[in-house]
Amino acid sequence: MAALTEEQSMLRDQAKSWVTEQFPVQKFREMRDSGVVARFTPETWQGMIEMGWTGILVPEQYGGSGLGYLTFGVVLEEIGRQLTASPLFASAYVGATAVMLGGSDDQKQAILPKVVDGSVILTLAVDEGPRHDPAKIALKAESTGSGYQLSGNKTFVVEGMAATDFIVAASIDDDVKLLHVPASADGVSREAMSMVDSRGYANVHFDGVEVGAEAVMGDAAVLEQVLDCARAGIGAEMLGTASQAFDMTLDYLKTRVQFGQVIGSFQALGHRAAELFGQMELSRSCMEAALQGIDADADDVSELASLSKAKVGDFIHEMSNQLIQIHGGIGMTDEFDAGFYLKRARVLEAAYGNQAFHRDRYARLLGF
Amino acid sequence: MSDLETFRAETKAWIEDNFPASLKGSSMGLEGESDESAKADFESWRQRLAEKGWGAPTWPTEYGGAGASDPEAKIISQEMAKQGAFNPIPLMAGMGVTMVGPTVLEYGTEEQKQKHLRGIASGEVRWCLGLSEPNAGSDLASLQTKAEADGDTFKINGQKIWTSGADISQWCGALVRTDSNAKKRDGISFVMLPMDQDGVRTKPIQLISGVSPFCETFFDDARAEKSDLLGPLNEGWSVVKRLLQHERQSQTQARPAGGGGSKPTLQEVAKGYVGTDESGALADTDLRNRLTHHLMDSQAHSLTTSRITAEARGQVKVSAAASILKNSATRIAQGKAELTMEIMGSQGIGWDGDNFSSEELDNVREWLWGKAISIYGGSYEVQNNIISKNILGLPENTQKG
Ligand SMILES: Cc1cc2nc3c(=O)[nH]c(=O)nc-3n(C[C@H](O)[C@H](O)[C@H](O)COP(=O)(O)OP(=O)(O)OC[C@H]3O[C@@H](n4cnc5c(N)ncnc54)[C@H](O)[C@@H]3O)c2cc1C
Repeated sequence: MAALTEEQSMLRDQAKSWVTEQFPVQKFREMRDSGVVARFTPETWQGMIEMGWTGILVPEQYGGSGLGYLTFGVVLEEIGRQLTASPLFASAYVGATAVMLGGSDDQKQAILPKVVDGSVILTLAVDEGPRHDPAKIALKAESTGSGYQLSGNKTFVVEGMAATDFIVAASIDDDVKLLHVPASADGVSREAMSMVDSRGYANVHFDGVEVGAEAVMGDAAVLEQVLDCARAGIGAEMLGTASQAFDMTLDYLKTRVQFGQVIGSFQALGHRAAELFGQMELSRSCMEAALQGIDADADDVSELASLSKAKVGDFIHEMSNQLIQIHGGIGMTDEFDAGFYLKRARVLEAAYGNQAFHRDRYARLLGF
Repeated sequence: MSDLETFRAETKAWIEDNFPASLKGSSMGLEGESDESAKADFESWRQRLAEKGWGAPTWPTEYGGAGASDPEAKIISQEMAKQGAFNPIPLMAGMGVTMVGPTVLEYGTEEQKQKHLRGIASGEVRWCLGLSEPNAGSDLASLQTKAEADGDTFKINGQKIWTSGADISQWCGALVRTDSNAKKRDGISFVMLPMDQDGVRTKPIQLISGVSPFCETFFDDARAEKSDLLGPLNEGWSVVKRLLQHERQSQTQARPAGGGGSKPTLQEVAKGYVGTDESGALADTDLRNRLTHHLMDSQAHSLTTSRITAEARGQVKVSAAASILKNSATRIAQGKAELTMEIMGSQGIGWDGDNFSSEELDNVREWLWGKAISIYGGSYEVQNNIISKNILGLPENTQKG
């Protein structure tokens, strides 16, 4: 494994100060209370576009900077720390990855520059039931001669209300294909899912939606690759969220006084903090290794992605529970931010396969 | 070719030329081999390694090392492993190569370095460490073994315990009290003394694994030369702190599940004993889940080790993450032995005899021996104290003496 480059460290500092100064968790609270349907504010999104974050993955020839996955992870981690809400991950990370891996030259030319300038918001629509199961896609695409007709439903579509374009996993005969479907196409309808983390998700319905043959953007193998990139990337955001929860907890351990001493002087809590610190460092290594693996085109990206999603998932699960527990009663109040981290944690855990999904997958990849 | 690639090629060639084919793939246990020709081959391999400075390759050449960089040392052990070769010297030197030597390099006088390091680097002098006492374990600073100045020597009286290899070592690094009036940590010194003298007596202790690797050590007017005081008088505590850091460093390498080379992986072993369902998944789903947890933890550990190495490059400060490695390695090693035992079922809980394979019996020993990892070198709990205080900045939760 390599350490972060100087460029990546600088980007980290820049992202950290932008996020904490302009869009800290207080802004997320205001957004939640405002009831805005997209579940993010246009100013947040615009700011990210202006800083060039939408182009981090996109090659220079399509208007991006092509800095790679680990670099994007650095930004995602900082966003995760303050729960800054935006379609950055859905569109400029997962969506852009799908176009880059599965798109034709024409599709790349048509879509990627717009992902970078923010005029297109992409999202991947894959899940159909309550459990992530990309091996069983029921949404059907039937050949029409000149293209395909889609019928079926997608659920838990990230930024599904704000998206301008869907990349839909559809089953065609016995195969799976990714299809590019504009949200404005006839027969597409959607409704917001109000989830526990107050972020944007949708149920999306495809009712005889017609697309041309040129809408195809890869097959089952591409879908798997895109999902692995998504799993690795969301690990960075999760680790950011969990690290912030750790910092908040550590801070409280050093300031809250009971029995005449700070609660961090109780060995039971000191050891709990030490264990959590260990899990945090171990999961960071997995997360960075997965992103570096993608950048290096390693042949064990799938193993690393599952390792990362499971290890970071276990850590954020435990950390978010301890965040509440160690804060005592104050942790239970909506006025305090801890609840946001707990709620966000469970949604991130479920996205692109939870820990159990990835342990099973990892075992299978290792041949048992 | 880069310098390292050239080094690798030279290393490979040297091992090919010098490693006796008869020892290939055999373990380091040959030290006690009775077969005369194997014994001779083993001794000549040790000598060649020692001449090359590869017993302790990173030490300076004038003290018996090869002046190798860390990456070069890594290449040497990688190339040895590839050819079924091994470096027996660290084991033969007891605590010498891993702990005493690096500390002497740092704190020793020129005279001490000349006197002690070559014997260690060649594997000819074995060292033990007399630190723990019956009433000074985790709270090591409460030790009571006393050393009084007497002419050119110290006169030492007291008892040590858990002294690994004391009965077969030629030298001992001992922590002794040289000022009983000072505060606990301030009156301690680190002395080096020969074991072969009238004032030193050892008594082996048998362990649950059946072996007796360590002893009670009694000092009864034992003598250490004053010139063998390591570091300043009454400042032995900082010497031993450094020494224990070297110990922890040597213990943080968790062996990956399954190990390298031809040894089957733990999942293969599991499939053999437990069987699979029609999809190829391990038939015992509960075991499969826990085995996956273990393998993931093991991979996370080795990724963390390489991340720390990468981050440390060019920096003096060790990253905070390094503090977690001992406990992480402990969990993995102990977890692996427990899983292996469970996988092997009733074959995994044999004590001796022909009914069990050597793998089965070895794991039982490893399982029992492995219980020690969370006790020595700073217990699991003491490691967590260190992390919470030194890394996380939480208040001291153990009473200071
Ligand atoms: C295989 C092996 C080899 C060894 N080799 C050597 C050697 O070569 N030379 C040598 O000098 N010593 C050696 N030791 C001794 C070793 O360093 C001690 O066993 C160790 O320091 C623990 O001391 P103790 O056994 O007295 O346990 P104790 O310190 O009595 O600990 C008992 C229990 O209390 C816990 N505990 C103690 N203090 C705290 C605290 N502050 N907070 C929370 N929990 C605490 C411990 O974690 C442990 O669970 C060896 C030990 C083993 C097992």
